[in-house]
Amino acid sequence: MSQHNIQVTVNGRLHTATVEGRLTLSDFLRVEAGYTGVHIGCEHGVCGACTVIVDGQAVRSCLMLAVQADGSSITTVEGLTAPDGTLHPVQQALRDEHALQCGFCTPGVVMTLAALTSGASKPAARTLLDALSGHVCRCTGYQGIRRAAIKLAGEPGAKK
Amino acid sequence: MSAPQAGTPSYIGRRMPRAEDTRLLTGRGVFVDDIALPGMLHVAFARSPIARGRIRSIDTSAARELPGVHAVLTARDLARFNIDLISFFLVSPSIRIPPLAEDRVLYVGDPVAMIIAQDRYLAEDAAGLVTVDYEEEDPVVTIADARRGSLVHAGSESNVAAASGAEEPDEDLEALLTSAPCLVRHTIRHQRIAQSPMETRGVVVAAHGESELTVYISCQSPQMAARYLSMAFGIPQTGIRVISKDVGGSFGLKVQPWREEIAVVAAGRLLARPLKWIEDRHENLSASNLAREQEIALRIAFDEAGSILGSHVDYDLNNGAYPHGPDSNLAAMMFFWAAHRMPAFGFRARGWYTNTPGLGAYRGPWAIESLARETALDIAARRLGIDPIELRRRNLITKADQPLTTPLGIRLEDITPAECLDLLLQKVDVPAFRAEQAAARAEGRYLGLGITTYIEPTAGSAGISVLSTDVAQLRIEPTGKVSAVLSTHSQGHGTQTTMAQVIAERLGVAFEDVTVYEDDSSRGGFGAGASGSRQAVAGGGASIKAADLLVDKVRRIAAHLLGADPAHVRIQSGRIHVDGAGEKTCSLRELAEIAYGEPERLPAGMEAGLEAQYRYRPPPVTFTSAAHACIVEVDPDTGFVKIRRWVCSEDCGVMINPAVVEGQIAGGVAQAIGTVLLEEAGFDARGNPIAVTYKDYLLPAISDVPDFEYVHASTPSQAEGGFRGVGEGGCIIGPPTLVNAIADALSPFGELAPLELPLTPARILEVIEKRPLSGASPASSPQAGQPSPPSVPHSPPPPVEKPTGTRPTIDGLWKMVLATPMGLQQFTARLAANADLLTGTLQSEMGSQDFTGTIEGNALRWDLKVSKPMPLTLKYDVRIEGDRLTGKVKMGLFGTAKLTGERVPE
Repeated sequence: MSQHNIQVTVNGRLHTATVEGRLTLSDFLRVEAGYTGVHIGCEHGVCGACTVIVDGQAVRSCLMLAVQADGSSITTVEGLTAPDGTLHPVQQALRDEHALQCGFCTPGVVMTLAALTSGASKPAARTLLDALSGHVCRCTGYQGIRRAAIKLAGEPGAKK
Repeated sequence: MSAPQAGTPSYIGRRMPRAEDTRLLTGRGVFVDDIALPGMLHVAFARSPIARGRIRSIDTSAARELPGVHAVLTARDLARFNIDLISFFLVSPSIRIPPLAEDRVLYVGDPVAMIIAQDRYLAEDAAGLVTVDYEEEDPVVTIADARRGSLVHAGSESNVAAASGAEEPDEDLEALLTSAPCLVRHTIRHQRIAQSPMETRGVVVAAHGESELTVYISCQSPQMAARYLSMAFGIPQTGIRVISKDVGGSFGLKVQPWREEIAVVAAGRLLARPLKWIEDRHENLSASNLAREQEIALRIAFDEAGSILGSHVDYDLNNGAYPHGPDSNLAAMMFFWAAHRMPAFGFRARGWYTNTPGLGAYRGPWAIESLARETALDIAARRLGIDPIELRRRNLITKADQPLTTPLGIRLEDITPAECLDLLLQKVDVPAFRAEQAAARAEGRYLGLGITTYIEPTAGSAGISVLSTDVAQLRIEPTGKVSAVLSTHSQGHGTQTTMAQVIAERLGVAFEDVTVYEDDSSRGGFGAGASGSRQAVAGGGASIKAADLLVDKVRRIAAHLLGADPAHVRIQSGRIHVDGAGEKTCSLRELAEIAYGEPERLPAGMEAGLEAQYRYRPPPVTFTSAAHACIVEVDPDTGFVKIRRWVCSEDCGVMINPAVVEGQIAGGVAQAIGTVLLEEAGFDARGNPIAVTYKDYLLPAISDVPDFEYVHASTPSQAEGGFRGVGEGGCIIGPPTLVNAIADALSPFGELAPLELPLTPARILEVIEKRPLSGASPASSPQAGQPSPPSVPHSPPPPVEKPTGTRPTIDGLWKMVLATPMGLQQFTARLAANADLLTGTLQSEMGSQDFTGTIEGNALRWDLKVSKPMPLTLKYDVRIEGDRLTGKVKMGLFGTAKLTGERVPE
């Protein structure tokens, strides 16, 4: 197997590693870097649980190789919370709206919403809900996730 | 003394934010794959690519030689453990269930070898290098195959895994049905469902010497897993520490450790290295136990006014090769008409072995009763020209009819489906909808309304030993903080929140000061965790009773220390107060420090400390009722279904946390939407799974699930606290509600008959365009060009045992064990022979009962009438060999159970 040296910034810390070409970014983040909040649900890009933010974009880390992330800056769900423990607005909205049950899909949902709401202007509810259609939650029936997304959107009340 | 503490904020009934959520939202949950131990190796399985065949040879040499591979194990290597898997009810099935395939493979994905390697990537590489030489045979895939095909398990009498009901038609019932003014027939073919928790199965094991294990496992109950592993490996349960902090959903799949998990634990003991196995999604969808594949033919007879006269059900359930427990779904039959006035009911139900993955549990395993009944009632309503709501009202049992005992022996005291329906109709304006529907039809748009009712047995404890009790251990620590060790377990249920609400309210302390622990089997005592919508009732009841014991002790100590009457002592927000004596007060912490550290200050003779334990037995069964309504629009051009509205009117008793209750209902209904419209774990004619990724096995997305509306009736139950279970209901009542709405929309075109799930756009267009578009599904209908029926012949029936010439000694006391599907029942019988006449007395928990029977050589036969759980005649057929006895007991509708026994020396 080919070995590659990579440098990746994860949650503000620089990680250097030698990785096999076939190592997925999700396995790198979990096993090598220790960010177990990255959850692996399907390993084929459908469920969205492994979503992280790579250079500002929400990315399925199971569909990306670690070598492809060389030189990039990555945020996982562990990197969103303030040092004093204050939840990110996305995390707070999901908590307030009872948007999780088992919590396995949750980090991916958090990261997609965090990526889309990070800019100066908030996206429309429709945009957030469309993006969330790429996340599978088997527990909640999406009720709280939808309420949280509408809360986080730029045009509150606009839905469907 | 047991009343909630006056003056303390009430937590029961409040939408408290969940205690679990902060760690789960910040990536600090601990799931099994988050565990890493020093020296840990990784497991992958080499699995059968064929559905059925004999293993001629296994060549593991290439796999072993791959650098990084530590071991490749097959069934032979695990033979020293002599593991034979048992059912959820801890009963041995009549077939052998080995962790790894022995000489035969019985389904695609059957684990044949396990590879243990440095990392997961290498283990999977090596799995691809295991070469197995198979002698392939034609598989038995469908229920139809199982009926006519060769035996899935050599040596069994037939492919029938389990049977209940009457084999022969009841002539009176048949006459009633055929002569009735209106006879409605309804057939459903239900697809196979993958439970699909977002976290797959997984296990990490560390063996410590011969008699201790630490096992991290994704499960529904650490206690149950420890008990199961203890039985599988013959290690005391105290030596097995099962840890399961966070679990990413289960829905029945993880109800017991199964073949792969057991194989990993065995290998961990064998190699004395920590091992990890995390199932991947391909394995999860193709080779883990799946659920629901079943066929049902229902007949209901009505009089002209729509009153039900009688009904019959013919039912078949695909059990796969290795079911979690052989199953004919007796529960579905028991509860089929439990909430209706039903003068005459008969059924025949059978479970079938096939060469497919085994049957597992899935949320509301008996849900077919609601699907079949409610969809058939709507067909009947259309046929009779009676409004479907009115038809239900004419047949439902109401509050005024209760208490009563149904013909199948179910005691009803407080079911409320009719009352839930009334509440539902306050939210749903049916006449307005009918007007809108008519106007839409005039425009070529097709709207439909489905309305259903049901009752659900929750927290059933009667006759099921593993589900009969739960334990709460409460401690007010010397700091005044409260810790609770419970036998509940959350896979998303939020029991760390809801149980803390119950305990905080009951004790009179702040919610934040109560921490619930349920993740470590070594902390507490046995209880079955999540199963059968039981945790609010069983865990909540145990929590209340344990809290009340503590309150009592606190009051007695406080009264002694403060010089007051215990009846006047109150705990409020963590402080002790004495009514009418404001100066007499202390903090719970001060009292606790004395209770632990200065026992001489306690009342004379009182045990030190502030700890209490209560093992609670809930009522035999606690019913939850509901009525749902769904409005859809079906696009006649595309066959696409849009759900426009869904209203849930349910009665789950006293709600601990309405947000958690609604979350359970919503999750269940979303899964119902998947069942009706999207999901199908199908197999081709050779038994190959055809939906092994989430690109093929379609789960509901946020765009498929509407906003749900709720109405809560909240009739307190007779369980402690008044709670009722709510975990499974949405998944039970959801499917018929949606099907009925679609059928109502399509009624101008014709009936959805037979009902075949999922209702894909192609199937819906078949009704609209009246021509076949979807083709029959491969798993449920014979197809042209299929291989000829399997050629392996039935094994000959076992020879009929002739009575031996010499009669063994019969007289004496015998200890017997009856292996019923719900668990083992033990009793003793004193037998006495008098020529060919047998007399005896049977002694069990239920009391003592005399019987007479016959003797023929060493064969003894007798009948016993029992009244619990329902009036039933048990037919014993027993052979005595020396001091041992074996035989069968026919238990009427409940099928047949194995009996073993031995003489008690006197």
